Amino acid sequence: MSIAETTKKPGLSISGLNISFRNKDGWTSVVRNLGFDIAPGETVAIVGESGSGKSVTALSVLGLLPQQSTRIEGSIRLGDKELLSLSPKALKALRGNEIAMIFQEPMTSLNPTMCIGDQIAESIIAHRGISKAEAKVEAIRLMEKVHIPSAARRYGEYPHQFSGGMRQRVMIAIALACKPALLIADEPTTALDVTIQAQVLNLIKELQEEEGMAVLFITHDMGVVAEVADRMVVMYRGDVVEEGTTTEIFANARHPYTKALLSAVPQLGSMSGSSDPQPFAIYDINTGLAAEASVLKSTVDTSEILLDVKDLSVRFPVQQTILGKVTARVHAVENVSLTLARGETLAIVGESGSGKSTTGKLITGLLHPTAGKVEICGKPMRSDTRQSLSRSVQMIFQDPFASLNPRLTVGRAITEPLRIHKLATEKEQDEIAASLLTRVGLSPDIAKRYPHEFSGGQRQRICVARTLALKPSVIIADEAVSALDVSVKAQVVNLLLELQQEMQLGFIFISHDMAVVERISHRVAVMYLGEIVEIGPRAAIFSNPVHPYTRRLIEAVPVPDPSRRRDRHKIADSEIRSPVRPGDYVPPARSYREVSPGHLVQDAGPEWAA
Amino acid sequence: MFWFLRRGIASLVMLWVIVTLVFMSIHFVPGDPVELLLSQDGGSADPATVQMIREDLGLNRPIVEQYVEKLKGLASFDLGRSMVDDSSVSAEIARRLPRTLELIGLAALISLVIGIPAGIYAALHTGRTFDRVASYLAGFAQGIPVFVLGTLLILVFSQMLKLTSAGGFVAFSQAPGKHMGLLLMPSLSIGIGLAAIVFRITRASTLEVLPLDYVRTARAKGLGDRRIVLHHILRNALIPVITIFALQIGSLLGGTVLVEYVFNWPGLSGMLVSGVNARDYPTVTGVILVISALFIGLNFLVDVLYGLTDPRVRK
Repeated sequence: MSIAETTKKPGLSISGLNISFRNKDGWTSVVRNLGFDIAPGETVAIVGESGSGKSVTALSVLGLLPQQSTRIEGSIRLGDKELLSLSPKALKALRGNEIAMIFQEPMTSLNPTMCIGDQIAESIIAHRGISKAEAKVEAIRLMEKVHIPSAARRYGEYPHQFSGGMRQRVMIAIALACKPALLIADEPTTALDVTIQAQVLNLIKELQEEEGMAVLFITHDMGVVAEVADRMVVMYRGDVVEEGTTTEIFANARHPYTKALLSAVPQLGSMSGSSDPQPFAIYDINTGLAAEASVLKSTVDTSEILLDVKDLSVRFPVQQTILGKVTARVHAVENVSLTLARGETLAIVGESGSGKSTTGKLITGLLHPTAGKVEICGKPMRSDTRQSLSRSVQMIFQDPFASLNPRLTVGRAITEPLRIHKLATEKEQDEIAASLLTRVGLSPDIAKRYPHEFSGGQRQRICVARTLALKPSVIIADEAVSALDVSVKAQVVNLLLELQQEMQLGFIFISHDMAVVERISHRVAVMYLGEIVEIGPRAAIFSNPVHPYTRRLIEAVPVPDPSRRRDRHKIADSEIRSPVRPGDYVPPARSYREVSPGHLVQDAGPEWAA
Repeated sequence: MFWFLRRGIASLVMLWVIVTLVFMSIHFVPGDPVELLLSQDGGSADPATVQMIREDLGLNRPIVEQYVEKLKGLASFDLGRSMVDDSSVSAEIARRLPRTLELIGLAALISLVIGIPAGIYAALHTGRTFDRVASYLAGFAQGIPVFVLGTLLILVFSQMLKLTSAGGFVAFSQAPGKHMGLLLMPSLSIGIGLAAIVFRITRASTLEVLPLDYVRTARAKGLGDRRIVLHHILRNALIPVITIFALQIGSLLGGTVLVEYVFNWPGLSGMLVSGVNARDYPTVTGVILVISALFIGLNFLVDVLYGLTDPRVRK
């Protein structure tokens, strides 16, 4: 346990907490009989999937749940203060002062019309009653403390001028403004890139040691838990199913749900020695026993190339002079070449702005390249062939809630591609919808229902069924499982693998999640600022990463094993750089060398010299 | 500054396009100004007299020549002289424009003072009595035509309560009190409908901002309700209000004619309508040009306001 200074700060103590929400049929219980303590300087993580009640618990501590429609019983104490019986005024004095919170979405958690510095300063003014000028000095000090470069200059800038990671630093600065006794961090790194996540976790730890505050960490990510938490509370649908020290639970989980949750977490490095994908073991939540995982046969047939991409580039002008001369461009994709064989899965990994999604869109023909060519099953994609080739390439998107039209029934949504390409009669469409739904593990009866009736995982299955309607040979999955809970993620990944077995599909699997990628891909391409910096067989990339960026990426992935916590001091505070370049920018000529058969690495440029 | 320059040039081009369109349309509309002028005395006009006056006004020259002449005049800020009574169009506009502007100005003020606070209050207390009553009233106020409301106001305040006269105009310099009294009723009849619109937009956009993450952040900071509403909600909620409000004000520039007629208020809209009736080309182009310039100016102002409220549009 890491307690640097145990000043007289109080700890948090929750007992017998019950929370219910009012809906039209009465009260629904969302948290039942929750209890745990956090000592000063200690970090406790509440772990669970969506609907487990973890965020609701956090909001109840701050008194931020809507009063009319919420019923809270039990006890939440900070030191010797009972928070549930505080007056609204006393609660207001407490928030941001003794208890502070950081939220999941750094992109929307800051007021877009107020400058960064003022948003930090107003919290200090509200609780300390000091002058504006003094608050400004203090705010700049806080910005420096959370490692925002040139803090004084950036005081007057606005949220849209900050990257996601920097915004989360600002949120942390706001939270720390009044040296709180308790910091609640609700999925603070879920929306961030993995290298930035490592930096932010690092920062929270560092500040906790300095301030000696208690930290309540809410997350679904076992890797993050292993990294930061001293103790953990596992919640499932409103109930605590297991509680204990992190080391203990990771080593010896007792409750079946915890076991299931832990086993669903892909572990980096667990796949060494195998070149084929491997399905996730699916655990029964009631028994904790693994279902028999099927052994996959190799699907790759290198004699048939489904996709051949050569020197693909796309640039978007972002700034022009009055005469239309481009002064800045986003070099979104730069000289990308790759191939995909029948039955093969090629993963494209990289962080925000790396061009991985743009590459996917170029391959499907949703975007037109500035240069280069895309060949699908040996036929070049041109304006006259795009329509017919699009049948062979289909796409699954990240957000299962936004990618289904709420006004189309499930059946109509699945068969829409058939209508667009005029491939089937109405009667045939109904049959196809039914058989596709069965194939993705759903009941054919749901074809008449609407998307809002289904969970995220079910919707993603519906999306998969839709992509299959045209019998494509290539499916591009753009972060297709990133928004799903761990257990659901495992199921959808397994479904994709099954489909590959049956139909010898080629997958382009675009993802930032290295652990999932390791599990399901045959080959991996690592993208950075629009370029492929390393590409090769999955085993080679993960066991022998050569390019400095690949190494950084793999190192930054949190390991779901508390005994292997990283040395925090090794993490550099570097930002992800931007692919926006001046108008006259000429991309440097890149050369690749072959490390081992099929494993190509870009010769690292001078920017990687350090 | 670069942006400013580009906007300026674009505005000038827009004005030129408007002048051209107005010039073309009024010239192609059937009806000759001179014949209309002379036929007012009854009977058909004497062709020789018509010919003479046409020559006098330059109407017999080729249309392109007239157009070039017009542009030259405009370039030196000369709007020409009325064909009806040979008075200076600029002078007449200068006399009438302030009256229309003060009418719109007061109406705008009334609508903002009522609409914004009421909209925010209703949004913060949705479903309560105030919200329901105010929303109902707003729907009602939006539905009443302005001339009906104006007539009603006259009926109640001047006929029944005898508080003010039914209409008319007195210069501010002669009798400030009377001037304001006469200004109030027409402003109210425009302002009430406008307040209903402002109320609705403010309410809707506040409701949209309320559940956003940064409002939750503000609450998590432990800020007071006043500060949360003023600094975090209002400023973001105002952006759509500015847009709609500016469009409404813009359309009022040439659209106060009904109110001007009901209250006998000698403003710009009335001048435009009589100008069109008499095919008085210089008056029509002059008034439309001034209205367009104001509209463009207003849009410019809106952009500046946008920049002040929303830092993301500043570049």
